[in-house]
Amino acid sequence: MRDALRRWAVGWGLVGCAALALLPWYATSDGAGPGKLQLLVPGLTLLAALALRNLPSRLGRSVLGLRLMVLGGGGFIYIAAQGWALGGQPGMGLGAAVVATSLLMLFAIGLAARGFFKGDVFVAGAVVAVTVLVGLFTFYPVARILLGAVQGSDGSVSGGALAERLLAAKIWRIDCLTGGRSCGVGWNTLVLALLTATTTTALGLAFALVVTRTGFKAKRLLRVLTILPIITPPFVIGLGLILIFGRSGLVNQLMEWAFAVEPSRWIYGLPGVWLAQTFSFTPVAFLVLIGVVEGVSPSLEEASQTLRADRWQTFRRVSLPLMRPGLANAFLVGFIESIADFGNPIVLGGNFGVLSTEVFFSIVGAQLDQGRAAALGVLLLALALVAFFVQRRVVGGKNYTAISGKGDGGRPAPLPPFVRRLAFGVALPWAVLTLSIYGLALAGGFVETWGRDYTPTLRHYVKAFSVEWSQTGIIWSGSAWRSFWTTLELASVAAPLTAALGILTAYLLVRQRFVGRAAFEFATMLSFAIPGTVIGVSYILAFNVPPIELTGTGTILVVCFVFRNMPVGLRAGVAAMSQIDPSLDEASRTLGGRSLATLRRVILPLLRPAVVAALVYSFVRAMTTVSAVIFLVSADYDMATTYIIHRVLNGDYGVAIAYSSVLIVLMLAAIGLIQLLVGERRLRRAAPALTPLPAGPTA
Amino acid sequence: MTDRRAASIELSRVTKQYGSVTAVRDVSFTIAAGSLVTLLGPSGCGKTTTLRLIAGLETVTSGRIRLGGDDVTALGATERNVSMVFQSYALFPHMSVLDNVAYGPRVGGQSHRRATESARAALAGVGLAELADRLPSELSGGQQQRVAIARALVLEPRVLLFDEPLSNLDARLRRQMREEIRALQQRLGITVVYVTHDQEEALGVSDRIIVMNHAVVAQEGPPRDLYESPDDVFVAGFMGEANRVKGVLQRLDDRTGRVTIGGLTRTLPHRGLADGAVDVAIRPEAILIVGQPTDGALRGTVKRAAYLGSRMEYSIASEIGELFVTSPAVDTPLAPGATVALTLTGHGITLIRP
Repeated sequence: MRDALRRWAVGWGLVGCAALALLPWYATSDGAGPGKLQLLVPGLTLLAALALRNLPSRLGRSVLGLRLMVLGGGGFIYIAAQGWALGGQPGMGLGAAVVATSLLMLFAIGLAARGFFKGDVFVAGAVVAVTVLVGLFTFYPVARILLGAVQGSDGSVSGGALAERLLAAKIWRIDCLTGGRSCGVGWNTLVLALLTATTTTALGLAFALVVTRTGFKAKRLLRVLTILPIITPPFVIGLGLILIFGRSGLVNQLMEWAFAVEPSRWIYGLPGVWLAQTFSFTPVAFLVLIGVVEGVSPSLEEASQTLRADRWQTFRRVSLPLMRPGLANAFLVGFIESIADFGNPIVLGGNFGVLSTEVFFSIVGAQLDQGRAAALGVLLLALALVAFFVQRRVVGGKNYTAISGKGDGGRPAPLPPFVRRLAFGVALPWAVLTLSIYGLALAGGFVETWGRDYTPTLRHYVKAFSVEWSQTGIIWSGSAWRSFWTTLELASVAAPLTAALGILTAYLLVRQRFVGRAAFEFATMLSFAIPGTVIGVSYILAFNVPPIELTGTGTILVVCFVFRNMPVGLRAGVAAMSQIDPSLDEASRTLGGRSLATLRRVILPLLRPAVVAALVYSFVRAMTTVSAVIFLVSADYDMATTYIIHRVLNGDYGVAIAYSSVLIVLMLAAIGLIQLLVGERRLRRAAPALTPLPAGPTA
Repeated sequence: MTDRRAASIELSRVTKQYGSVTAVRDVSFTIAAGSLVTLLGPSGCGKTTTLRLIAGLETVTSGRIRLGGDDVTALGATERNVSMVFQSYALFPHMSVLDNVAYGPRVGGQSHRRATESARAALAGVGLAELADRLPSELSGGQQQRVAIARALVLEPRVLLFDEPLSNLDARLRRQMREEIRALQQRLGITVVYVTHDQEEALGVSDRIIVMNHAVVAQEGPPRDLYESPDDVFVAGFMGEANRVKGVLQRLDDRTGRVTIGGLTRTLPHRGLADGAVDVAIRPEAILIVGQPTDGALRGTVKRAAYLGSRMEYSIASEIGELFVTSPAVDTPLAPGATVALTLTGHGITLIRP
């Protein structure tokens, strides 16, 4: 064991030395930069670490560990410190990254040698790596945005600048109540979020009741609704609504033709955004509430009925109170989704600004005020975090439904007739409306000009996706190809990284106990709550300047995807891993399998469905996300969604719709393909019989 | 690395804490090489934690653990050369029976061919050679148990640990598996530590029993000692039914004393207790129901009677309290209300510390 430890240390020491010698330290075209002298310290550190191999073994692990920790940790801190402290250097390059990594791993090996993480080098390395990565790409940018918010335009730090920005009339004015033009964006955001959360929760509950508590035949079809928001770019609903209710939309045209009513612009503003968000996020609430409604144990309802309660009393006094925490959760999820939403407000908002769009306009618009963007971002972040913490309390506090894990038989009580009629009356028309919006949005790509000329045409598809053959080969002459290939490429790079990081983190959280685990869990969960717009701005603030200069590259987009979507993989991994009996790991350990072997041979094969889910989800989310990437795209790396947004903002709906349709079809194909590739082996074998057992010692 | 000799196990002053909860407190015992020792106790007593500490699945908060004389306190489960059979069997559901058994040799670096060979041999050893290609989910509970044992034995461990191995089997299979485990242990001569909460199982299988309660060792010894002379109320009650009655002790010599219980007198080991009032534990089968009241017998009235096939169970109100009595005389049952005379046999009566 001791020797294995030393082998690891020597291995990483050699990797670091090789990187120092061979890879360009700086991210410049020739890899050179000023200050070659600074490299002396990491070099010497690495050599010293290598020399530790010759440490007499009687000194033992503890001394070796301490020295490795000091060398590795010290070297890493030195690199970071000189990077931020010494100006005039270009951004760090591959060499610096690899050297820093190897120093960190030496530090982790030192930790393991001193007995942390049960002496497991792999676990120590994984925890250190994930901590540093999440710190660097989630918390450092957030810290930068906080700093940006308190910095005045001259760069000096003052609380006054923050107060001035946060209390600005533009955020908090209430003119609209007194007949003025519009209210501040702060109020707008709050009102919109409360409205959206209310309607999505109510609609979601209606759907959940119809699907789980009635003999409704087409349940499958309703379940399809839950997939839609995952595979659609977030502005497709907005586009569909414009085609129906917009100035030259169907409704206005009908009204003008039949009653000569002047076309109205009501869809642009609060009503339109609210409607679009309700369409967009009802499926999310539906998904949350299906679990809640199904979780209400039928035996409790049966007990109520044997105690002479009628259907309505049972529903009112037993079922509904049991669902209450779930309803609160759905409400908060809707609230968080609404304030983080960027696609719908930017398409339909018009003069009705919300925080997420306002952040965008203050950084890309004529204002170009990074301080203001940062301050608005901080406000948005604060709102999201408050909602997030309340939600965690609600979910963590009284989760009645999770109490009886055992499925005691019994059939759910039928709904009271009144509730049943209400649920049907609300859910079915809404489902039809949702589907018709999607239908119209897709149909819009096949007509000349919506509202004026309904001649069928493939013009928009040709413009976006035309292909020509020449002697030299295929020419991708359509205007959309460039962003299309970029998106595909970056999403394909990001998906496996996201899944790997998410599953690894889930493994550490569920299966390992170590000092600081609670903080580790908190940090990874917190990155759930940060709205995409905030991430976008904070990445610009953090990675636009050395030592880590990433803006304008594909790397920053991949990094953004990985850390934005990692929580999804994490959640899938945690859920799946909690279902796997921990004694399987322990059996592997007593049979001589180290943590890496256990992870690879026992846990990963059992996690296959979760891995597939994480892969699909991170790929699809990378393809459809707008809010964060719109800040990070560049001329070289344009993304499909940002390309479409710009077409929409230019009023070029045809191409936007055609492109969106292609994305949706592509996403369906991608989901199918990944399922086929990764899920194949599982189909051949019988489903594993997993025995869920509570973690930890039992007797 | 592999050492074929069975190893002794020695725990000295081992404590395990989870936060503020002490799961195992200052436990010391030695298990001789080649013996089968049971850790017995109610749920939550720390027996499983003790087993996991021996396995290396948990690390001690303080104290030392030695296997075969080597200090293994700092080693993880992977390095201890200890195998374990889990309560849930923990068979890898995605691997065939053969792959499950070959797992240990494989991750230990053996070639695929050699690992498969030793796995087949181990499976043959538990009589499951023909089921090698099945998945665990296609086996019965008893077969899964055997696979788990084969998987643990294939590495020729110095110590084999069983965590409640029979709790997922039905009653009939339980006795059969228990006998198989005992036979296997004696054939291979390995050290086995066996955790259970079932005292009958413990009595039937062990060389020695370590009874645990509230994170400490309550009593340790051969099965007969524990059953017939439990140290305290807890052990007396846990090792089977016991009537706890009051008596008066008068020491005779440095070992024995005269104990008066109601109108009965018996000479028993005084176990270091002082003269005067003492607690006495009497096994239900140690009380005999005799037909007619005679001199020196206790008088009692039957309160409740139950027929259990092989024996009768009675609750009898007597002058020394309500007594729980079993009787093999199923053909001549007593009805509630009958007056009886009671006397005591020579075994199954002991003084206990309060």
